[in-house]
Amino acid sequence: MSRHDTSDLIFRRVLAAFPITVLIIVAGIFFELVYSSLPSLHKFGIGFLYHSIWNPVEENFGALPFIYGTCVTSLVALLLAIPIGVGAAIYLVEYAPVKVSRVISTLVDLLAAIPSVIYGLWGIFVLVPFMRNVVQPFLGKYFGFLPLFQGPNYGIGMLAASVMLAIIIVPFIISVSREVIAAVPFVYKESAYALGATRWEALSNIVLSYGKAGILGAVILALGRAIGEVMAVTMIIGNDPKIALSLFSPGYTLASVIANEFAEADFPMYLSALIEIALVLFLVAIIVNILARLLIWSVTGAQSAEAVK
Amino acid sequence: MKDLVLKSFDATRLRREIWDKVMVVVLFLCAACVLFILFIILWHLIARGLSSLNPAFFTHLPKAVGESGGGMANAIIGTFVLLLLAVGVGVPLGLGAGVYLSEYAHQRFAQTVRFMTDVLNGVPSIVFGIFSYTVCVLPMKSFSAVSGGFALGLMMIPMITRTSEQFVKMVPHQLREAGLALGLPKWRVITGIILPSAIGGIMTGIMVALARVAGETAPLLFTAFGNLHYTQSLMQPIAAIPLQIFNYAVSPYSDWHRQAWAGALVLIVIVFIINIWAQYFVYSRKRWSAGK
Amino acid sequence: MNTNGRIEVKNLNFYYGNYQALKNVSMTVEPHQIVAMIGPSGCGKSTLIRIFNRMCDLIPSTRVEGKVLIDGKDIYTKDTDVVSLRRKVGMVFQKSTPFPKSIYDNVAYGLKIIGIKDHRVLNETVEKCLRRSALWDEVKDHLGKSALSLSGGQQQRLCIARAIAVDPEIILMDEPCSALDPIATARIEELMAALKDEYTIVIVTHNMQQAARVSDKTAFLMHGQLIEYNKTTDFFTNPSNKITEDYITGRFG
Repeated sequence: MSRHDTSDLIFRRVLAAFPITVLIIVAGIFFELVYSSLPSLHKFGIGFLYHSIWNPVEENFGALPFIYGTCVTSLVALLLAIPIGVGAAIYLVEYAPVKVSRVISTLVDLLAAIPSVIYGLWGIFVLVPFMRNVVQPFLGKYFGFLPLFQGPNYGIGMLAASVMLAIIIVPFIISVSREVIAAVPFVYKESAYALGATRWEALSNIVLSYGKAGILGAVILALGRAIGEVMAVTMIIGNDPKIALSLFSPGYTLASVIANEFAEADFPMYLSALIEIALVLFLVAIIVNILARLLIWSVTGAQSAEAVK
Repeated sequence: MKDLVLKSFDATRLRREIWDKVMVVVLFLCAACVLFILFIILWHLIARGLSSLNPAFFTHLPKAVGESGGGMANAIIGTFVLLLLAVGVGVPLGLGAGVYLSEYAHQRFAQTVRFMTDVLNGVPSIVFGIFSYTVCVLPMKSFSAVSGGFALGLMMIPMITRTSEQFVKMVPHQLREAGLALGLPKWRVITGIILPSAIGGIMTGIMVALARVAGETAPLLFTAFGNLHYTQSLMQPIAAIPLQIFNYAVSPYSDWHRQAWAGALVLIVIVFIINIWAQYFVYSRKRWSAGK
Repeated sequence: MNTNGRIEVKNLNFYYGNYQALKNVSMTVEPHQIVAMIGPSGCGKSTLIRIFNRMCDLIPSTRVEGKVLIDGKDIYTKDTDVVSLRRKVGMVFQKSTPFPKSIYDNVAYGLKIIGIKDHRVLNETVEKCLRRSALWDEVKDHLGKSALSLSGGQQQRLCIARAIAVDPEIILMDEPCSALDPIATARIEELMAALKDEYTIVIVTHNMQQAARVSDKTAFLMHGQLIEYNKTTDFFTNPSNKITEDYITGRFG
């Protein structure tokens, strides 16, 4: 008996090393990032986040162009992906025949499994020419009065990157929204119908407002993914650290500047500044995750409260 | 009041009906648009990939700039080496953590670990590359296969932890009790009874995680780094298909672009095969339990 | 006083795929009466009221044979406007279904979707309906609060207020009190009696005492067949059918 207890104790201790290692790794990532960015943190302080000059030659580093590029591309991507993703999810759950819906859902999951470097390759050779030859001339011609659609048309740039990001996050939005919409109890839709609502009214007013917290959670997670996306963006955004209002102009994101310049960062301050950018990305990822988790928690919390009632 | 309701109802009925019909079309177009993009991407991958693919692609090394031909044999091998290394890092850590969480952990500790793995899951892939760079590449003073595998392995941890915890928890309680009733110590019950019955689900989790990291490029940029030749030692830089695709795609040479498309096709096939394989474990497990 | 709200069912058969849920049901519900439907679970009583507002259309592979007339009009013709029908035939469900909106917006919802935007009209209607459903005094000071914050009984009364806001002629109630405590149930029953002068009410209930308390007529269904349909007083004191008698005596003691 005591032999059992001892062997159990040893097994338990050994096994406990694994989750503890996982914790150490997370803490280690954070520690390494902070430690390695200390020189840059010391030299530039908080100004690092709002200085718009990124000049490795003069050892002058400000991350604003990257923060700007990341925000713009992610937001435009969300603007494109949310309506299409949620719309497609509604169609799959509410309108499409079950078999069709199942097949399409599998295909959407397929889209989600494509590696981002392949998206980038496709972006360079298909999306960018399409943007240059079709989309951007069209936008320039009819919406050129907006500062968003002015300036030289290279094809590469923030708009192409945004479209690319939208394609990358849309499967994610679809699959979460699909679950959320399918989880709304049928009787709520019946209630709307019983008041004389049309199908679309029942869906848009009732089903979506039931699912909005869950969908918002999905959107925030998708935002996290867009912010952290590296390859596809790096390959088509143009990699130019400037802040331009026009979506046609090249830009740069936090993730892509690391990808592009890390290997060639040849002096400590340069490296330290890039690692500080990684630190920013890491912190944003954590915040986004906590936000999404709180939202999802609030939804499931409300549901279990209802179940108790 | 009744009149007002009837009047308003009739006045708006047609508009509401049209709106209802229009939205069906709009929603359909949303779904169609996503499918269309998927097909376009797959079409380009297959058409351009197939036309660039030849036996030499699998057996030859990359040629120097200007020479046509050559292949990605080194990158294909490199990707498998990196995945093996990643499995070596990710599977024990993920599986160990998952089993511990399910079988032993206190609520507080389990919550913390779960939260941390969720954080890890949301960390941008490039950050893993930097972490591996600072803890592997800098001390070893060289880009290496090991550092690349380490970065990919870390990325696998969250998913493996989650799925193994989940599947170990799903093992029926009677199985545990039966084992304990035989007088087996708990660790023997876990390794001898619980893990074998949860293995299908755990394998699926591992395969899905593997499929996800197989296509990763960003964490390899400054760890595995890439290599135009076969790698002799795990302490040397190593090629990987995604890295090679990236380098070729951004190059100005059309022959390299062709290689990139061929590489993309091979990569996507590998990723899909691993994903389908992953499903097989779940299904075979279902069959097994259905047969019981 | 409005004399609409008559339901006539003639030789109705209803199928879920191959399963026949209702067999040759014929009955008439007169305006401004409360009709209770009772019977063992699975007898088809909930299905029957869902046929009155074509809610059963929502389930795939169902089929209706026979005629259902509301105020003399067949509701199962090709050119029936289901949306219009459902406005006229309101429904309250077993589980209260407050929309995740304010109390005010819940009641005003049916009016807003048909384009009534005039705040004066909306305010008046909301107040009138909440008063009618005996909820006004409890909620008048926080109409902007989420409807989800109300108690179960209040939520059910809110659903009734919401249903009468669009001026229906018939209100269908599918076991509206089964999730409520006795006090909340009593309030809903009082409410039904008060609403009778304006609306025809068809209530499905598994509670025979409730049927006896609130209804003018009672219908008893079993295995999809209408066994007996009679004045409630006669139904419970002097059932004409042996099956009915067995059922109610079995239940009453």
